Parts: sequence; C-alpha cells; structure tokens
Amino acid sequence: MRDDDIILLREPILTVAERCYLPQILDGVRTTLRHMYNRKKREQTVTQYPEQKRELRLDNYRGVHRLNKDPDGRVACVACFMCSTACPAHCIHIEAGESPWPDREKYPVKFDIDELRCIYCGMCEEACPCDAIELTPHFELVGGSRQEMIFDKEKLLHVFDETKALKPRKNPAVTDYGLTGGQSKTVARPNAEPKV
Amino acid sequence: MIEFVQSLLASPFWFAVLWMLALIAIIMTTIAALILAERKISAYIQDRVGPNRVGPLGIFQPVADGAKFLLKEDIIPANVDRPIYFLASGMAFVIALLGFAIIPWAGDIHWPWMPPGQTVSTQVADINIGILYILAVGSMSVYGVVLAGWASNNKYAFYGGMRATAQMLSYEVPLGLGILCVLLVSGDLRLGHIVDQQAAGGYWNVLLQPIAFLLVLISGFAETNRTPFDLAEAEQELVGGYHTEYSAMKFALFFLGEYAHMLTNSALMVALFWGGWAPLPFLPLLAGTTGWVAALFKFAIFFGKVLLFLVFYMVIRWTIPRFRFDQLMSLAWRALVPIGIAAVLLTSLLAALGWQRSLPASILVNGLLVAGALVVVARRPARVTGRQPDLPDVRVTRPQTAPVS
Repeated sequence: MRDDDIILLREPILTVAERCYLPQILDGVRTTLRHMYNRKKREQTVTQYPEQKRELRLDNYRGVHRLNKDPDGRVACVACFMCSTACPAHCIHIEAGESPWPDREKYPVKFDIDELRCIYCGMCEEACPCDAIELTPHFELVGGSRQEMIFDKEKLLHVFDETKALKPRKNPAVTDYGLTGGQSKTVARPNAEPKV
Repeated sequence: MIEFVQSLLASPFWFAVLWMLALIAIIMTTIAALILAERKISAYIQDRVGPNRVGPLGIFQPVADGAKFLLKEDIIPANVDRPIYFLASGMAFVIALLGFAIIPWAGDIHWPWMPPGQTVSTQVADINIGILYILAVGSMSVYGVVLAGWASNNKYAFYGGMRATAQMLSYEVPLGLGILCVLLVSGDLRLGHIVDQQAAGGYWNVLLQPIAFLLVLISGFAETNRTPFDLAEAEQELVGGYHTEYSAMKFALFFLGEYAHMLTNSALMVALFWGGWAPLPFLPLLAGTTGWVAALFKFAIFFGKVLLFLVFYMVIRWTIPRFRFDQLMSLAWRALVPIGIAAVLLTSLLAALGWQRSLPASILVNGLLVAGALVVVARRPARVTGRQPDLPDVRVTRPQTAPVS
C-alpha cells in the first residue's frame, strides 16, 4: 500500500442545528413516520411465510442435500471422500465398498449426512468431482429426533427423485477416464453437453 | 342495596377505594394493549406487519405473551441475593404504579343523590403536596433497577444497575427544575388545582412553559429507561442489563413496570402541562362541571392525551439510537440543567412581577431561553470526536477526496 492510496477524511463538522439535536430528532421522526404510514411498501416487503413463499434462486440456493443418480438410476457417487474431507462441519460419513459395476472402482455402501451438523456452506458440492452431491432449494426440514435428521443414502437419493424436476442434475465433469460419476457410455448423456 | 352503593359512591374514602380498583383494572388492560401497540408500531416503522397470527390482526397477542410468561421455566440463578432478587422485580412494577395515586383523571364528581355542594374526587389521593409526592416516588423508581442489578450477582446486570443510578440521579435534576417552573406558574402543589387552573384559564402550561415541558419530557424518557436512554439494559453491550438474570414472570414484571412507568409519566405530563382533562386550549370548556357524564368525557379526553403521549414514546424509541454514556451525562449536566436553571430564574422573575400567567411574557421568556441556548451552542466549537483537533491538517493527495467541510 502506497502513501497516496491512503485517503484521509476529516470528520464532518456538525452544523448548529445538528448540535442542537432536537431538529435532527424531528427529522428522524419524519423518516419513521413516513415508513409507518407506507402500507404499500410494508406489504411488498413482508412475505406471509406459510401462505406465501419467497421465490428462491434455484441454481444456487443451499438447502437440503441430495445424491444424484446417473441415467441408469445408479448412485452417481464414486466414494472418493472429497466431500467429507472438504466439509468444515464434519457432517458427511461415507463407507466405501467395491463397485458392482465395471465402469468405476468404488461406490458408497453407506452415505450419511447429519443435517443438524451441516452448516449448508455448499463446499461438498464444490468438492465433488462427479457432481454427485448437490444442495437443493428445499429448506423446510423437520424431524422429531436427532436420529431422524441423519439422512442416509436412500433418503438422499430420494431427495434427488423429489427435486430433479425442479433442479436437473448439472453436467458431470469429464476426466481421462471419460465421464465421471459412472456415466453409462451406452445411454444418452443426462441433459447437456459435457464440460471439456 | 342501591342506597348502599350510592352511599359508597358518595363517601370520599370508599369512592377513592373503588376508583383505585377500577384504575388498576384500566391500567392493566392498557398495559396489555400497549405491548401489542409497541410491537405493531415498531413493526410498521420497520416496514414489517407485526404480530398478526393470534386472533384478528393479532389482538390476542398480549394474552399469548402473558400465558407464555406464566408457563415459562422460572430460573433463579444459584448465587443471587434471594430476598433482594425477589423484591426488585416487585418494586420495579409497584413503584411505577404509585404515581397514579395523584393523577386527577376527571376532576370532581357530584352524584345526583349527594347534597348540593358536595363532591367526590377522581384523584385517588388528593394530597396537598402532590408535586413533591411525584418527585419522591419518581426517584424511588430507580430502586427496582439497582436492586435487580445488585442482587443478580452478575457483572452485566450490575453495570446496568450502576448506569441506571447515575442516569436517574442526573435526570432527576432537570425533571425537578422543569416541574418547578410549573409550580411557579400555578403557585399550588395540588395536581387537581393545577389542572383546574389550566382548564379554567385556557392557558395550558405547555403554552406558558414549553421549555420546561421539553425538560420534563426528556427527563421522563430517561426516568422510564427507554430509548434513547435505555443504557441500563443496552442489550448490545450488557446482554440484558439489569434484568439479565430474570426469567418468566419476574422478567415480565420489569417489562410491565416499564410500560406502567410510561403510563404514569405520560399522565403526569398531561396533568402538569397539557391541561389535564381540558379538551381545547384557550377555551374554558368543561371547567367547573361536576356531573358524572361530564366526568366520563373528561376521563376520555385525559386518557386520549395520555395515549397520544404513549404513541409518541414509541415512535421516539424506534427513531433514535441510544446515547453513549458520556453523551448522556453531558446532555443532562451541560444542556438540560443550565437551561432548567435559567428557566426557573426567568420564571421566578415573572412570578415576582405577577406576570407568570401572561402568555406574551412567557413567550418572551421562552424565546430568550431558546435564543440563549442557540448562542451558546453556536459559540461553543463543535466537538470532533473521530480525529484529534490539534493534529495537523489532513494532507489530501487526490482531488476527488477533498475533505468534507
């Protein structure tokens, strides 16, 4: 940082009216009253939540997770542990097993996310090399117990089925082995051109 | 039976007792409504809609709040000073209500069955040292806060209590000076007489003594511990201030006490400055009437004025940020107290000349006070808090960053 990058400002000197304080209070009261009687603005601002719902940005809203399925209906995850490594809240627990399918080596036998520990930062989604884990715009999560809020693989795959119409799966990445995430070469690609 | 009720209503003592019970009912209902009003007004000011789920437009919200307070777990921390801890929450509420005893709500009532010339007073206690009673009870209101802060055995609560003490002590002075001006104008300590005078003469004290009214108003804000003077709770700095360690109904007592205090203060200001139950300034309407229908009207007018004040309290609360403590003290001692002393001196000069109830003389005096205050403010150099004033001039290297003049 150079000297002339520093901008020194002098504190504005208050005028006599400002130092008398009361005129300024009246000014403030005018502002508050303007808001108080602005019914239109109030109705625009407030969303009556259970009846009305906000429009969400579907592309990047960070709600509950899902595990994507490939076009063959298999779990797209290859159990690389990148997401659970990236997770700052340590809420992802994966147990890997040997893949029953020829196009990849591993797949998750267990894939649990503790939705209560999760801070919904989206770093798992960023870390995933095959775009298997994604956050959905669904945010109304309720459960009767802590145990219930630990989502297992089946539940996360179910979330995918529920939300795939709303938010289709992103383009899977391409590596030296071809499309990642166990893309079947025989089936048409999910919904767009692969990233090269 | 009817004769028994009639005799009760005609007896000054029993009428005062019945009126006291009625007043407490009215006050409690008003406080419940005030809590809803505060939440609604704050919501409207912040472009929200406020509570609207419990009943139509949320009107049963106070009931829900009350039920919540009653049903919540009442936690008493292990190391509190238990007797004082319990006493404090009660004191905060009860002392706030004490001031109601001398509010002349609707003048005197002459019931049709009473012998002519006799009346009963709608003042619970028509004591002849009314104003002194106000000052005495007003100073006691700090006890609830201080004792709560002390008994909680929590340093944040303690800070809150200490702040409240210093604040109350400082603002008692301008409050007393402001009330002294009214005293000089009316020449009477009885609140009932002060209201009667204003109603009969048509010159409300706020017209004669606007500066004194401002002093009492500002001190009233400080006495009720409301923004901008709520340093005693200052949730950003002191967790919850003096009521940090209170929960459930004991917290609710502090909460309700604040509103009761607001009501008392507003009622006092209406009685002292805004003509009490007089409907209009300059016109001696309703003055000298003693019928019970007139009394109803008077009560409605008085209460309407009080409600206006309460709304004003709320609007101010959601308008102005909190003072810093040094600003609080300098406002009291460097601004309000000198103005108050000058106002008392000039008003006593008027009183000595016998002009204390003349509007032109009062306008002149108040104009002088305002002019004097303006001159003092203008001559005093503006305080520069961010940068030391004795530092050399700021070197400006880029034209677009010219110093703000």
